[in-house]
Parts: sequence; structure tokens; C-alpha cells
Amino acid sequence: MPENGAPLGTPTKVTQGTPTKGGIGESTLRPDGVLKVTGEFAYSSDMWHEDMLWGQILRSTVAHAEIVSIDTGEALATPGVYAVMTYDDLPTDVKNYGLEIRDTPVLAHGKVRHHGEPVAIVAADHPETARRAAAKIKVEYRELPVITDEASATAPDAVLVHENRTDHHIGHVPHPNIVHRQPIVRGDADEAAKRADFVVKGEYTFGMQDQAFLGPESGLAVPAEDGGVDLYIATQWLHSDLRQIAPVLGLPEDKVRMTLSGVGGAFGGREDLSMQIHACLLALRTGKPVKIVYNRFESFFGHVHRHPAKLYYEHGATRDGKLTHVKCRIVLDGGAYASASPAVVGNASSLGIGPYVVDDVDIEAIALYTNNPPCGAMRGFGAVQACFAYEAQMDKLADEVGMDRVEFRRLNAMTQGTLLPTGQPVDSPAPVAELLRRVKAMPMPPERQWESSEGADVRQLPGGLSNTTHGEGVVRGVGYAVGIKNVGFSEGFDDYSTARVRMEVVGGEPVAVVHTAMAEVGQGGVTVHAQIARTELGVTQVTIHPADTQVGSAGSTSASRQTYVTGGAVKNACELVREKVLEMGRRRFGTYHPAWATAELLLEGGKVVTDGGEVLAGLADVLEGEAVEVEAEWRHRPTEPFDLRTGQGNGHVQYSFAAHRAVVEVDTELGLVKVIELACAQDVGKALNPLSVVGQIQGGTTQGLGVAVMEEIIVDPVTAKVKNPSFTDYLIPTILDTPTIPVDVLELADDHAPYGLRGVGEAPTLSSTPAVLAAIRNATGLELNRTPVRPEHLTGTA
Amino acid sequence: MDFLRPASWEEALAAKAAHPTAVPIAGGTDVMVEINFDHRRPEFLLDLNRIGDLCEWEVGEDSVRLGASVPYTGIMENLRGELPGLALASHTVASPQIRNRGGVGGNLGTASPAGDAHPALLAAGAEVEAESVRGSRLIPIDEFYTGVKRNALAADELIRAVHIKKADGPQQFSKVGTRNAMVIAVCAFGLALHPETRTVRTGIGSAAPTPVRAKAAEEFLNAALDEGGFWDNGKIITPSVAQQFAELCSAACNPIDDVRGTASYRRHAVGVMARRTLTWSWESYRGTAARTEGAA
Repeated sequence: MPENGAPLGTPTKVTQGTPTKGGIGESTLRPDGVLKVTGEFAYSSDMWHEDMLWGQILRSTVAHAEIVSIDTGEALATPGVYAVMTYDDLPTDVKNYGLEIRDTPVLAHGKVRHHGEPVAIVAADHPETARRAAAKIKVEYRELPVITDEASATAPDAVLVHENRTDHHIGHVPHPNIVHRQPIVRGDADEAAKRADFVVKGEYTFGMQDQAFLGPESGLAVPAEDGGVDLYIATQWLHSDLRQIAPVLGLPEDKVRMTLSGVGGAFGGREDLSMQIHACLLALRTGKPVKIVYNRFESFFGHVHRHPAKLYYEHGATRDGKLTHVKCRIVLDGGAYASASPAVVGNASSLGIGPYVVDDVDIEAIALYTNNPPCGAMRGFGAVQACFAYEAQMDKLADEVGMDRVEFRRLNAMTQGTLLPTGQPVDSPAPVAELLRRVKAMPMPPERQWESSEGADVRQLPGGLSNTTHGEGVVRGVGYAVGIKNVGFSEGFDDYSTARVRMEVVGGEPVAVVHTAMAEVGQGGVTVHAQIARTELGVTQVTIHPADTQVGSAGSTSASRQTYVTGGAVKNACELVREKVLEMGRRRFGTYHPAWATAELLLEGGKVVTDGGEVLAGLADVLEGEAVEVEAEWRHRPTEPFDLRTGQGNGHVQYSFAAHRAVVEVDTELGLVKVIELACAQDVGKALNPLSVVGQIQGGTTQGLGVAVMEEIIVDPVTAKVKNPSFTDYLIPTILDTPTIPVDVLELADDHAPYGLRGVGEAPTLSSTPAVLAAIRNATGLELNRTPVRPEHLTGTA
Repeated sequence: MDFLRPASWEEALAAKAAHPTAVPIAGGTDVMVEINFDHRRPEFLLDLNRIGDLCEWEVGEDSVRLGASVPYTGIMENLRGELPGLALASHTVASPQIRNRGGVGGNLGTASPAGDAHPALLAAGAEVEAESVRGSRLIPIDEFYTGVKRNALAADELIRAVHIKKADGPQQFSKVGTRNAMVIAVCAFGLALHPETRTVRTGIGSAAPTPVRAKAAEEFLNAALDEGGFWDNGKIITPSVAQQFAELCSAACNPIDDVRGTASYRRHAVGVMARRTLTWSWESYRGTAARTEGAA
């Protein structure tokens, strides 16, 4: 309970009476967990087909250039090479793809727009042959000036990254090198600013983060006898891929049959296509199965990254600590192709002031077209960059007002009913102040925790085993942050999912089979869907059918939406199956017991029981050899687009809130940081699988830590070429960099959602980064307006 | 690419003489990365893994003869007493898996300024045992690094072992990376006290085109320690001496700006590491000296 005694929300409702073993709320274990830990899990890169060829992509070596000529002769003449294809070999008039705007060439046409753009593809009988043949393709470039930032993109004489745009954003953007612009205006920020006793301004920079999933892009395309193709692929959304692939191949969608193969992480980086079309093209051209696997170097060019951003903020507050207004401008670098940029702009703008009550706001977010690497979806999706900036602002403003930083946030925290800058009311529990209270109340890790009887334990110090300090120069800092993330696809998108559930008796036991096209990318959907089926159908045995396109779309495994939406679809399909089963029961046994007609009936423990607990029949008897199967689509509440001028509109479905407290030790002389604890409190509505929930929170927290202190793709500002496409120089946290992450899970039901649940995966990625930055600022007294922060920023040697 | 697999050291020398462009490979830490990234396509790879001698070490009177392929894990586990600086440096090499395969011979062969072993070898004092069909020679470590990723080996020579002076005093090693484990050095520093000769030696990594010693800093410190009778009286080194030593170590750097760090940061960090490692080593020396006196 918060201090004012108001209820935080309502408890969660569970449809089916007593919990079934292995049902929702239990920490059942992942079916793939042991396989992954022991190295036996088959990832997409492990696939093999007899007689298969290997595909290789030739990528541009420059960021922006006209292609003068491509000579494939020598490559084609290489023994072992079966096909070399360029733009000219594409089979139909559809030569581009894209999530929303089809602006991305399957193979470069006349021009390359970023470093590492696919120019030609090769199939050969050995990966090394393919690689060498690709290297023999001669591409002559005539280099063009590179667009690398807002100034160069919107200069009067700027070269256009895309000429002749026809997409639906071109009408409202101020410059053709701007993909999308979303202003959000509510109240009158200028007028409100006059009431402010304190105003703080800040300019922030967010570096380019990579998803750095460990399983590189890979897949296997097998040509079929009917002229179609079977594609086995690691992706986040099979049907979205399908809609983009089929037209390029000139095939109807039912002839491109896709099956999900083992996915080694995604984090947004598999929303866009990578090698899918290339593998299919080569397979159809050669008539042989074609496998493509990127190596780590290529993977850095093979998927979009998190948008780097420049953020300009002004916050005001009265003497008593109430926010008066916020003005902000968020400039996201979308790179060469649109990818998810428009939706990222929508998130960054609509969530741009964070989980606070502010009536007068003036927000603008834009995404640029540049010649930098394309950027798109990544865990947190636009809300991450904004959170980094507004939380830095909240600290600054609290200091100006002279209030405790956490209390200042709590005073301004949104609650259920608060209006977002878009005018949309938050119509489910919003325990922002409570999360902050909880995270602050957690016990602090002991001071000087590195000291032991045998001297300093360097593993507990900045620098770790590199032995840079035994305590010298080390200062502790503590920082707090909180964030808000939308759950599900917003802005009027028809965000549905499909589930097919079948119940039958196998060997005398009732078994449920759940078939969806949901991409399991490690988030735990396969675990949760089985739990839902057990709860709703009262069976123990549930089989999760492999995900493929033989069932309707499940939507994307992104936006923290799969447990909500595909989980909702599974629940819905199970309920329909349950109704059918009960109908069968009534037909068969209704005359034997009046309760069939009068009582509320449940499925529990493989039996039909009354809500009073009386057993009416076993499911095996009810089904009597028949199977009951239902396939149904399920939708969450509809949303609306944001008004293009005012940004007003009920654009979001649901919100997810997390708060962090970071405790760091900073070696202030060397500028090295050891995050020793990142405590998190998060509201999850209902934890369908508490262990998975904690895992998601710890993972998201760690990914946020990564971009606070080390993760950044460095792009040369002169050439727009990527400088560190390897795990040698793109660093992600190791276990020695990962702190203790105590997690306090709050479960306040969102009555609009299945079981009251909230999407979990992204919110912890938001507040983790600004909490770490705040803690480093606290330790060093430095302003630190960019992330990630590097040793040179902490030592005045940048 | 031809893969040569000599069964003995003599065969390896013969192969290297026959194919001077052959690239030796043992743990593969550096070589495999270069091949995977297509930075290098050697005509011949010379696999040294069948030559068991290279994985052996002998502890002699004054020095350790460390086989070129003795893995870093072996150094950490077995030679901590004799080679404390190198053992500390070994601890910072990559990941446990790589430490199980990689050895000092690879670091020397690649001669990258970022090799973790170099500062420790420079500080301890070492000689590289190079051999060819023409014969064997010992190359002093100070003369071994000749340029960026270049060393004093002749085209037909292979590294058989490194002779490293056994520690006669405390040694330290520090390395800065932007992550707390498994990271390539932004810069590194090795320091060894040599009470027998009353000298201090240093080694700097990743802050110049080659691994280097901070000779002016060493000379300054040797003189200061000598002048104040520090080796005998075991007094605390004054902060001003430590500071000047640190500044001279910074001055010995000739770093570049790159994706891992700025030149300015590298100079700064080397100075901080120099001051800290000197303090730790000297404290340890004083402690040992005090105990020895007490016992006597």
C-alpha cells in the first residue's frame, strides 16, 4: 500500500478455479533450458540439408556511392559456384522490402546508402568458395557526400538519401531526409514556463547500441517441387517476413512456407529481414537448398541497431516541486533505411516526458535518413533514449528545487487516470511512486565490499581482474530512475494474434496441442503458452507445436506483447475448446447428472468438475476418440493514430513501469566503473511465470547497463563507416560486469489484459541506463550528458 | 592454404626454412582471428601443436625457461611465485578458454602492442630463445619489438622459449579495459622491483607503436631510491617521487586515438597505473624487508 492508503489496484482474476499443476503463476522450467545450457539446442545456424549450397552476400565497402558497374564474371567462373545474382537478376518488379516503408533494396540498385549494404549474392558448394567468389565480384563505386547528422541531412543543398519518396510520411515531414516527425502539444508550455520558479535545460546524446544477440542471422531455404520454397529461419515475426518475401520471389504466400528454427536471441534485431530473401532467391535459382549464416562481423551489418539520438530538454518546476512544463526535441538517427523509425518516433514522442504528471508539454521527435547504419527496433524502442534524458533532467531539477531526487519524482509521479501528453488517460494501475519507494527501501549493499581478510578482492572493484585498483580513487555513487514503456503495437495498428488449440486423448490421457506462429526468441513464450493451456483446459500434458506459417499470424515477438497478445489468443482458443468440450459432455452425459445443466463447469485434473468440486466425467470419456480443435484470432483493445499536428490520440494499449536503484563504485582516477548492484522494482500485473519474469527483468537491466558503460557501435563521422564490428571492440557485459540484481515484483492487475498481466521484457531496459548514469554522476560530480560513458569522459581526457 | 604439421621441433625448423612465409600457429588466439576476419591469408600455416616440448617449462637457478606454448593457465597455476608479474598479466588474458590454449610465444610472435604478456616480460627482464636451422640465439626483450606488430625474428626463425628472470622482489601488473573482464588492453603497465640489483624495471603496453619500457622513469626512480637509501631503510616512497615517476611513465608513451580509447586517456592512465603499482610493490617490498629483518 502506498503511504496515502489508497489501493494500488485490484487483485488478479483467474478464470479457471483452483490452479492446475504447471499452470499460470508457477515457475515451470523452460523446455529448451537444459538443451541451451548444455550446448545441445539446435540453432538456425546448425541446420544442414543434403546437397545444400552456401550463400554469401557481398556488401558495400563505402557508405554512400553510385554503383558505376558490377562485374560478376570472375566470380561466376569460380569452380563450385552455382549462382551469382545482382539487382538485375531479381525475378519480379518488387525489388524492395521494409517493415512499414518498402524502401530497402533486396540488392543495391544503382546506389548504396550505407556501409555494408548487400550488393550481390553468391551460392557455392562450400562456404569458403562462396566467400572467395564474392570477393572476386568487382564493384566500381563513385562516392557521394555522406549524410551523417541532422545538420548535414537538413542542409539546404543536402543530397537526398532517398529521391522521389512516395511513402505516407513525405507529406508531413519538413525535409525529405526526415523519415517521420511527430509533434505532441498539450496545454501551453510557454505560458506554463512563466509559473516555473526553476528551469533546467539539457542536451543529451545516446550512442548506437546493438542487440548483440549471440546467434547470428541464419536460415535454410529449400526449393519445393511445386515451385515454392520452404524457409527455416530465425526471426521475430514469421508472417511479417512472409509478406515481404513472397512478392519479391513472385510467389503466392502459400508457396513460401516458413518454419521457425532455433533463435539465438533477437531484442528487436530480427524484426527486419536479413538473409531471408537472399537464401530463397539462390535456392529458387539453383534448385538446391541454400544455407546462409552470417559471422559476427557480418551480423553487425546484417541487422538494424538502436537509434542513436540527440535530445534537447527543458523542464520547469515550482518552488514546491511541482513540474510546470516540459519542452523537448528528440532527434533520432534512422540511418539509410526507414525500418521501424516511424514507430520509434511515435514512442519517443508520446513517452517523451516519462511517467510524470505534466499538463503543459511541447514535444517534437523526428527520425532522420542518413548514410549511417540503418536503425530500427531494439528492446525499449524509442522510450529508452527519452528515459535517459528525462531522468537526467529530473535529477537536475530536483537539485535546483532542493528536494530529494526520489521524493521529487514521487511528488510528480503519474497515477491511474493521469493523462499522457497525447491526452490519453492511463486506465490501469500506474504505481510509479510505489515502485520508487520500494526500490529505495531495499537494503544497501555494504560499503567497501571488496575488502576481505586477505586484502582487496579485485573482482569486486572497478577494473576487476585487470588489477587497476585496490581501493585507491574509488568512490561510491547511488542513482535512481523510473520509466514508462508501452506494451503492444500502438497508433492504430491491428495488433492481433492467432492460436490453434487442439484437445485429444492420447494413450488414455487428455493432451492439448498449442499451435501458434509465435517466434520463441528466448522470452519464454513456449513455457507460458503451455501454462495457459494447463490452466484453461485442466490437463497436464501440453504439446507446443513448432511455429510456422501453417497457422495464422501471431504478430511480432516484440513490444513486450507476446504473453499479452499470443498468450491472450491461446487463452481465448482454450476457452473456445473448453466450451466445445463441455458441449460434447452435455450431449453425451447431460442426462446422467443435473449439474451438467445447472452448475458452472470447469476442466480440472483431466476431468469435468462443477465449481463445487464434484467430478462429472473424465475428459477421455467426454472426447471418446474425437479431437476438438479451434483456431481463432484475438485482439487487444483498438488504438488510434496520433494526430499529425498535435499528437493527440489514444495511441497506446498498456504500459509497463519499472524503477531502478544503481549502486556503483567508480575509480575516479582511471574512469573505470563497477556497477555493484542494480535493484529493480517492476509492476508485472500478473507473473504468469515468476522465474521467467525475474529473468526478463535481470536481462533487460543488464542490457541497460551495457549501454550505460560500454556498448556502442562507433561510426566514423567522416566516412560513415562502422569502426568496431566485432565482439573485440563492441563490448557487452560479462558476468563480472553484471551486478547483483534484486528484483521486487509487484502484481497489480490491468483489467483489460488476460489474467491482468503486463508485458515485462522492455521496461527494465529503460530505467537501468539512467540509474547507472545518475550513480556515476553522484560518484564523480560530473555532468555526463552522453551514454555510454567511457573512461575518457570521467577523466577529462576525451 | 597449406597446413604443415611437423612432428618434431627439427621438422618445424626445416619447414620454416623451406617456407619462410609460413605462419606458426599454436593456441591460435591471434592467428585465427586474423584468418577469420580475412585480414591475412598465409600461404602456409605451421602447426606447432604436435611439439610437446613447447608446452614445458624449467625453473632454473636464476630464470625460468618457459616453452613458447605453455598456456597462460599453466603460468597462473604453476609459476606465480617465480613469475608474479607474468602470472598477473596472464590472469587478464581474454577468457578461461583462451587462457587454456594461448601462450607467451603467440604474444611475442604477433608482437602487438596490446599483447598482455609484454609489459610483464619487459619489467621482469627476459630473453627470447629463437631458433632456425642455422642455429639458436637469445634475443634480449628490449631488442625484440621492432615496430607495430613486428619483431626481431628472422624469416626462418621460430620462438622456442622465453627465458625470464625469476622474481627477486615484488612485481605488479595493471591493465585498463572498458570492461571488467575479457577485454583487450586500452593500455597496460608492468613493474618489477629488483632488490638484488637495486633497480626497478617497467613495461608499457598499448600506449606506443611497440611495447616499451619507461627508461627515463626507471632511471629517475633508481636514482631517487638509491639517494634516499630506500632499498635499505625501507621507507615509504614520498608522494612527490611517486608522482614524478608516474609523469615520466606517461611521458614514455606515444599513443594514438582509436576506437578503444584516446591518446590523452592512455597517457593519463599509464601514469595512474605507474603510481599505484609502484606503491603496491614498494609496500610489499617494505613488508618483506621488515619481516626479514625481524626474523634476523
